[in-house]
Amino acid sequence: MTETNAAKPRRWVIWLPLVLFLGFVVLVMFGLFRPADRNVASQLVGKPMPQFSLPPALPGRPGLDSKLLTNGKPHLVNIFASWCVPCRVEAPQLEALAKAGVPIEGISVRDTTEALQGFLEENGDPYQRIGADDDGQVQLALGSSGVPETYVIDGKGKIVYQHIGEIRPEQLGLIMNKLQEASE
Amino acid sequence: MIAELGLAALWMAAALAALQLVAGAMGLTARGSSLGAVVRPVAVVQGLLALTAFLCLIYVFAVTDLSVKLVALNSHSMKPLIFKIAGAWGNHEGSMLLWVTVMGMAGGFVALVEKRLPEPTMLATLAGQAFVSLGFYAFLLIASNPFDRLSPVPVEGNGLNPLLQDLGLAFHPPTLYLGYVGLSIAFSFAIGALVTREVGPAFARAMRPWVLGAWIFLTIGITAGSYWAYYELGWGGWWFWDPVENASLMPWLAATALLHSASVLASRNALRAWTVMLGVVAFSMSMIGTFLVRSGILTSVHAFAVDPERGTFILGLLAINIGGALTLFALRASTVTEGERFALVSREGALVFNNVMLSAILGIVLFGTLYPLLAETMGAKVSVGPPYFNPMSALFAVPMLVVLAIGPLLRWRRDRFQRIGRALVIPAILAVAAGIALVAIGGVALLPFLGMALAAGLAWASVLPLRERNLRRTPLPVWGMVIAHFGIAVSLFGMSCESAFNVEKLVAVKVGDVTTVGPWGVKLDSIEPVAGPNWTALEARLLVRYGADGAVTRMAPQSRNFWAPPQQTSESALLTRWNGQLYTVLGGEGEDGRWQLRLWWKPFVPLIWIGGLLIALGGVLALLGRVKTDVRRLIAKDKIAYRHERKAQLRKRP
Repeated sequence: MTETNAAKPRRWVIWLPLVLFLGFVVLVMFGLFRPADRNVASQLVGKPMPQFSLPPALPGRPGLDSKLLTNGKPHLVNIFASWCVPCRVEAPQLEALAKAGVPIEGISVRDTTEALQGFLEENGDPYQRIGADDDGQVQLALGSSGVPETYVIDGKGKIVYQHIGEIRPEQLGLIMNKLQEASE
Repeated sequence: MIAELGLAALWMAAALAALQLVAGAMGLTARGSSLGAVVRPVAVVQGLLALTAFLCLIYVFAVTDLSVKLVALNSHSMKPLIFKIAGAWGNHEGSMLLWVTVMGMAGGFVALVEKRLPEPTMLATLAGQAFVSLGFYAFLLIASNPFDRLSPVPVEGNGLNPLLQDLGLAFHPPTLYLGYVGLSIAFSFAIGALVTREVGPAFARAMRPWVLGAWIFLTIGITAGSYWAYYELGWGGWWFWDPVENASLMPWLAATALLHSASVLASRNALRAWTVMLGVVAFSMSMIGTFLVRSGILTSVHAFAVDPERGTFILGLLAINIGGALTLFALRASTVTEGERFALVSREGALVFNNVMLSAILGIVLFGTLYPLLAETMGAKVSVGPPYFNPMSALFAVPMLVVLAIGPLLRWRRDRFQRIGRALVIPAILAVAAGIALVAIGGVALLPFLGMALAAGLAWASVLPLRERNLRRTPLPVWGMVIAHFGIAVSLFGMSCESAFNVEKLVAVKVGDVTTVGPWGVKLDSIEPVAGPNWTALEARLLVRYGADGAVTRMAPQSRNFWAPPQQTSESALLTRWNGQLYTVLGGEGEDGRWQLRLWWKPFVPLIWIGGLLIALGGVLALLGRVKTDVRRLIAKDKIAYRHERKAQLRKRP
């Protein structure tokens, strides 16, 4: 049985809490005075789309394979879900883009066939293909932090732009510009 | 008028805090020792004035005096009275006023009843308490005056966030605040003891009831907050490792460590510097938590009114209070000897282990909470969640829980494992049996597996300290310890079960459809509109049945629309059975009459909060026991004094 040492603590140990606390103060000072920027940008912008292959989310509609995105044309990949309210808000904008001839691919996150069908019947259906991402793995691989999010992909499958949150009517021009950029 | 009265009371309280600080500090010197006599009465009056200001604020909220800016911004004349009152502390200014009120009242209470510490230590303690209070008074009066008037007076107020219009939440913040701010007493005691170098068993015994009281409120506050988040947010989760939750967990961890180290100091006069240090750390964690939440420096689901200017002010207060206390500690700790020695295998040894593990978990939670900020200095944006917190805290919690089963059986100073080995055979068998049963069921992840096996063993081991004891004569603090430890086993079992066997289902159903979740059959009977005092709602009438032949029960989750301010919330409906809870949420309406329902079957989930309440109950029993002993001691002292007086009188007789 060893006697534990009950001697005085060493001098530098005594100052350690204060040093740690000062570190904390410096850290939060930085946090307080930094420019406020709450956007979470994917680290993948400018990089190729990760490889994935998603099963069809609806009967009669093909699922989504990342290989299909490298056919030389720019694509819009939209992450959405029937349970997501902002997705309803952006649906008219997606419809408008689809009517303008933009190919839109969907990734539906944690959804069911019935709910998805209902959502599309109610809000319009701009998607060429819809892949079912039932456990959110592809969403994670894409570095997306929520739904909806939209990616502009160029013809070689490189991610050109990531749009976080719903696409608002006034942002249609922005999306079209990014698509233009992607096709150059 | 009432608002001005409140403001005046607040100014006077601040002035008295200044007097308390100066008189307390002067009282410690040889020349100003006569000033010391005013410190205690001043502390009491300061507390009462702060309370007056707080009551004034409650009054202006209760009558919806819209000429007060804070009321106009946060209340509404159509709100039920109870939520009008709760609105007084449901905002930044009001909650800061509650903060100084609790601090003032706690200081006054200590001044009134604490008589066993040497007077210089008490003076230093009350001066310390006044110093911290003064900073918060300045913050209120300069940067966030709750009694500001508004001109012209608006016709109607903005209303209170509907999520907060819930009875549980109305009393959740005050409970947590009693805990957070109650720890300020431990902080001040630590300062007082450092100033006078009087760190010993008497200091620990004086501090212990206050820590215990604050800890009870923290425990109840965290438990209630977790349950509130569980049923009100409609997400089905009970702990999200959100910065605000962490902010309440960190002081709790520190206070739990402090309770245990104080008992070593009180009984064995060991761990002196460490206990003082924890006293400083516990309240520091309260302040850091408040700062992190209020400054908006971290993104959280709890959106408080965020203001960088206020953040800077609180940071300044933090730097002065905590930095000052830690500097004092560093200067004085080397003159505080560590005290009595003890063997590794002993009650002290187990308690030291408990302290190290709790501190490690505290460090992990603090680091994880701050990491997003740290990463940002290096240009990366990250958020830290359960994948970090769960395994990392389990790494230290698991060994701690094993020692928790053994520690209370060990003797003070020195013991042998052989002596208690036989008592631990049954808990070990229970843990292994639970493990085997879980393997047979299969598919249980490592952490829930360990949790359930440990909980089984711990539930038995926690009551072992009662063996060979006369239950009637067992002191209340021992009962308290046993019940609190048993509560940990209960809560741990609930957490593990929930994460291992939770069943979740999202469906779209028509009226009349039947669906299942776990052992439950759920039928959507109808959808009805209903109206409340300040909301309208669509209510799903569900008929649910457990198993094939259970009784049919009604459940009614709602999707509510509040109109002041306009906001939609979902009110979940819960059905509790002895073996778990069915949790239902009504989502939106789809096409052709389909409704989204989110259903969960959560086996044994209520045990999480029942365990939490048992832990708090253990604290209450221990506190009652300590207070009883103190009162007895006081009475005995009085009797002795009385006898002396009588003897003196008899002697005087001719």
